[in-house]
Amino acid sequence: MTWQFFKQIPMSEKKKKEVPEDSKLDDIVESSRRDFLKKVGIVGAASVTGAAAIYAGYRHEKEKPSGEMVKVLTEDNRLVEIPKEQVKDYKPDLKALQTRGRVGLKGKKWVMVLDLSKCRNARKCVAACQGAHHLRPYEYHINTLVMQESHNTPAYYMPKTCQHCDNPPCVSVCPVDATFKRQDGIVLIDNERCIGCRFCMAACPYSARMFHWQKPKGEEADKGQEYNIELNVPQKKGTISKCLFSADRLREGMLPYCVSACPNGVFYFGDENENAVTNGTTKETVILSELLEKNGAYRLMPELGTKPRVYYLPPKNRIFEFKQWTPPEYIETT
Amino acid sequence: MTTSHSGSARHKERLDSVAEDVLRNVRFNRGFILWMGFLSAVLLVCLYAYVIQLRKGLGVTGLRDITSWGMYISQFVFFVATSLIGMLISSVLGLIGYKWVKPIARIAEIIAVAFAAVAGLVIISDMGRPDRFTYLFMYGRIQSPILWDVTVVTTYLLVSLMLWFIPLVPDLAIAKDRLEGRPKLLVKVYEILSIKWVNHPKQVEILNSTIRILLILIVPLAFAIHTVTSWLFALTPRAGWDSSIFGPYFISGAFVSGTAAVIIAMYFYRKSYKLEKYLTDFHFEKIGRVLALVSIVYIYFNINEFLVPAYKMKALDSIHLQELFSGEYALLFWGVQLFGLLIPTILLLFRQFRKPLPMMVIALFVLAGSWLKRILIVVPPQAHPFLPVQNVPIQWVIYKPTLIESLVTLATLILVLMIITILSKLFPVLPIQELAEEENADLEKQEFNN
Ligand code: SF4
Ligand code: SF4
Repeated sequence: MTWQFFKQIPMSEKKKKEVPEDSKLDDIVESSRRDFLKKVGIVGAASVTGAAAIYAGYRHEKEKPSGEMVKVLTEDNRLVEIPKEQVKDYKPDLKALQTRGRVGLKGKKWVMVLDLSKCRNARKCVAACQGAHHLRPYEYHINTLVMQESHNTPAYYMPKTCQHCDNPPCVSVCPVDATFKRQDGIVLIDNERCIGCRFCMAACPYSARMFHWQKPKGEEADKGQEYNIELNVPQKKGTISKCLFSADRLREGMLPYCVSACPNGVFYFGDENENAVTNGTTKETVILSELLEKNGAYRLMPELGTKPRVYYLPPKNRIFEFKQWTPPEYIETT
Repeated sequence: MTTSHSGSARHKERLDSVAEDVLRNVRFNRGFILWMGFLSAVLLVCLYAYVIQLRKGLGVTGLRDITSWGMYISQFVFFVATSLIGMLISSVLGLIGYKWVKPIARIAEIIAVAFAAVAGLVIISDMGRPDRFTYLFMYGRIQSPILWDVTVVTTYLLVSLMLWFIPLVPDLAIAKDRLEGRPKLLVKVYEILSIKWVNHPKQVEILNSTIRILLILIVPLAFAIHTVTSWLFALTPRAGWDSSIFGPYFISGAFVSGTAAVIIAMYFYRKSYKLEKYLTDFHFEKIGRVLALVSIVYIYFNINEFLVPAYKMKALDSIHLQELFSGEYALLFWGVQLFGLLIPTILLLFRQFRKPLPMMVIALFVLAGSWLKRILIVVPPQAHPFLPVQNVPIQWVIYKPTLIESLVTLATLILVLMIITILSKLFPVLPIQELAEEENADLEKQEFNN
């Protein structure tokens, strides 16, 4: 695949402007995926366990014996042909989801770059994320914070995700391997495994983790759904949750929820191995090392040695004024 | 140690009188039943609180994403700390050769066993998914300090249990023929547990060498359990926890709370078991000196722990220290440091205060202070993480324990009291055999009185 990995994702003009609301988001994801499949003509890549498991994902309208053949990619990246009638939707079971979720996407090293000079605290990233992961308004995987060093340095907004540290303290302290580092750089959590000791919360210097102190928002609605470790849905009471770099979207070749929801072009996301990141708003792909170098990128608290995979570009040359934001008063709901 | 089982008539006489004094308390009297009934009733209420927590989740506590460890973890640290006293009394002081610890050693072991046994349950009360407790053994990862903690606490419990039980065997043999009027079952239990002890020199030899090995073994083990417990905090980068003296700081604090617990227990047994003859002013004087000594060491570590960062005032340390010295936690902090540590230590330097009653009162203050000190160690460092806390409900920012949480915490304390009661009511609380042989101690005592 080229380093234009994300540019191939089609989004109809209308949808591009529209900011996904919690409820509509799943539909948009689903329909944009279908668009994508139709345009590309064959199905996208996926790696799942079991050699026979073929990701078809192709929604065939009618089945008629036609002798027509379709091309599909197998999980070991071979392009093969099979009769159209034999194409079946592949739905991985829990075991398959867990196994592939723990391994990650081969050959990738995901990175995120946030340009703080563009953040106006639109909080669309927060809303999109909470919609996708079925969270309450005060439960965050990503949270935009007001930062100010001292009274004579400028205040600015800083969206804060899990930093997906390369030397993650949260992973070292977890007693049961419920939080782990994948080969593609993502730190995930497995809420089928988590015992709720919250040691990882104590250890994370970025306060990136949240705990389900009560029954999760989507508990009833998500009942019976297979647990997807890459989406961490259904969320479970008494377990940890946190930013996942939208591992489920990456598997489908799409940008993370927050990245594509931002209207202001704050987020870049991509693969360090390809040295390329794509802006979530403009869909423009740029060279990662150049972007970092030209803008004087930095990481949060490098002195702790956690080696984050999230980079920040300083909030300089802002073309708008900083507006102080008063958050609504959040009340706990059950 | 020499045992002259054919021995003089004097020895037999002495054994009889000690056995009589000690065994008088081994029975199911009204006080015992009432006390256990009371404990069970309170425990039931507390368990109901735990059921609510199980059903609704940890949200019924005051814990939230900012302060996610609170009373439960403090209680755990406190329990592990207090249980360390078994090691201090029987091993360190015993191996050095102080004879006066003999009548106290078993009390110390009972406290060690009870607190160590319940410490594990305290951890379970803090877990979001207690149903997955077994995952610790199924999927345990060795690099997690929690695994180290589970391992050493379990080992420590087993060794302490042996250190309580093995020296008890000769006493059980002595006692099993002197239990007229007690339930048959109890006599049977004594017979089984005394494992055919006849005081044969060979048996005595095995017993003594086993105890010796265990006493040596338990020293590194005890240091390990509390050091590892301190690492649960010290291995994270947070201001207030990120300290390289947390190990010795915790250990010295542990000796303070454990010694205080032993003093309270001694006072109680002396009064209600009428053991004034064996737990004398002399013993209180001695243990009082121990408490003064360990408190001074602890004060030294406190000075290090607070003065060094307070001098440098690094950004986050300074916020943390300000909260303690003059902010949110100032009242608690100074109360604990003054009334739970400094003033008791000063008072203990005077002989008049090393008498049973004043010492018991002092020990109560010290013990309560020790418990609150654990809260001060666990909670405040979480309130100010590296990045600002924003856009969350206001109640999340300040940790306030709830009633349910307090009841569940109380439940674990009640369990400790129950274990202590059972061990000290159904079995001799003082070592009969050893006391009967205790001539050297008498000499020591005479010296002291002169
Ligand atoms: S930011 Fe926190 S939760 Fe995320 S990987 Fe780093 S330590 Fe773990
Ligand atoms: S709370 Fe869950 S993920 Fe975090 S350390 Fe404990 S078991 Fe691991």
